[in-house]
Amino acid sequence: MTTQSGARSAGLDPAAARAVLDGPAVDRALTRIAHEILERTGGAEDAVLLGIPTRGAVLGRRLGELISRFEGHAVPVGSLDVTMYRDDLRLKPARPLRRTEIPTGGVDGRLVILVDDVLFSGRTVRAALDALGDLGRPRAIQLAVLVDRGHRQLPIRADYVGKNLPTSMREAVEVHLSETDGRDCVLLGIKAGA
Amino acid sequence: MAKRHLLSTADLTVDDANLILDTAQELASVAGRAIKKLPTLRGRTVVNLFFEDSTRTRISFETAAKRLSADVINFSAKGSSVSKGESLKDTALTLEAMGADAVVVRHWASGGAHRLANAGWIRSSVVNAGDGTHEHPTQALLDAFTLRQRLGSVAGRHVAIVGDVLHSRVARSNVHLLATLGAEVTLVAPPTLLPLGVEHWPCASSYELDPILPKCDAVMMLRVQRERMNQAFFPTEREYSRRYGLQAARMALLPQHAVVMHPGPMNRGLEISAEVADSVRSTVTEQVANGVSVRMAVLYLLLGGAESAIGNDEEGSAR
Repeated sequence: MTTQSGARSAGLDPAAARAVLDGPAVDRALTRIAHEILERTGGAEDAVLLGIPTRGAVLGRRLGELISRFEGHAVPVGSLDVTMYRDDLRLKPARPLRRTEIPTGGVDGRLVILVDDVLFSGRTVRAALDALGDLGRPRAIQLAVLVDRGHRQLPIRADYVGKNLPTSMREAVEVHLSETDGRDCVLLGIKAGA
Repeated sequence: MAKRHLLSTADLTVDDANLILDTAQELASVAGRAIKKLPTLRGRTVVNLFFEDSTRTRISFETAAKRLSADVINFSAKGSSVSKGESLKDTALTLEAMGADAVVVRHWASGGAHRLANAGWIRSSVVNAGDGTHEHPTQALLDAFTLRQRLGSVAGRHVAIVGDVLHSRVARSNVHLLATLGAEVTLVAPPTLLPLGVEHWPCASSYELDPILPKCDAVMMLRVQRERMNQAFFPTEREYSRRYGLQAARMALLPQHAVVMHPGPMNRGLEISAEVADSVRSTVTEQVANGVSVRMAVLYLLLGGAESAIGNDEEGSAR
């Protein structure tokens, strides 16, 4: 599988990149988000975690494991590819699709928690909301992200944030996870060629 | 430069073919949803230009385009200006003037789709839905998809293609695609129904069916194309059926896991017996369902982005 994930991985200048979260910090952030989800939803009884591929899906699985470890019951975990719903499809060559896996039981009447690695313009989340609308009618939809880097272009906010990271538009944020990239960290740097 | 057209499976690299099949895999789930629609091709126009009769291919392309929210215009030669003698060029210019983004074309002439794509008449993408006895690439792609689904993989598998190879665009497309994907193909037909030069194709050939069957992972039965049979290619239909038709007794020669495929429409009792066609090994109805997914994938990859995703990292055959 490729490890590209949109513009974010278009290439950080490695010399100028610095880690804003290291492995243990990523763990702590996810642990806190898992606790916040349990607290806010009163035990996450009817919750479904849907990660947005590639790295959001990995984070969704990790949150699912943490929640079941803390609470003793499993939370359905799936992934939701939003490629077909993006508003920038016509700006680039057609992209390969990622996995969409909706847990058995579906999303109707449930609390869907979308999980992504970086919240930036909000356009991916907008696409995810549209995609969810075609899959069923959740009771409510919440959003969990590891990093919120600001610069929203749509009226969208996250319910659970691992780290708020003020950035400039010239900067790029890359989330690396051990499942996809060999190690856990969040890098902040300047876009190569910017 | 990306390829804007899908004219022949011979143009597809392994990466192209796998990209189409992987995309189709993801799109297959749309068929199981309450809302069987994706917004991806909203505002794009797909024209189904059919100079030959077809039900399943046209309906399949129409369903695929509609599931991607494209506008679909069906244009069949019967009852249109073509029956008044309009040329392919003038028809094409009309479509261009209407602003078609993709033309799905079936033509009775081999090379019809290629002519439409490369003559400079239209700017839209061209998808070959069968041209004469030349190629039918989406059929081969959906066959490969079905094989992958049933057998887990295509590479290393042995596939026999049986029957009227001479007139079969399905056979030609399948030979190229299966060879690209690493399968071993044997064509089985009476000498009169094997095309000239078949020894240069990337496959083996045989006049006998029975010795081939025990090592097959899949048998693809071709339709006896009565409409193209203007000569005596075999003495009688009964003799053909006895030597090259697939009946229950012959199916028993296949390994346990092997599947039986047919591109449809079937001549039950001629190339395939009703018992075989309705058996659990038959993939005929799956092939129809998979056809929609594969055609969605092709339309998405050709039209979904700023440029086609098929053949992106090489010099395309078309401008």
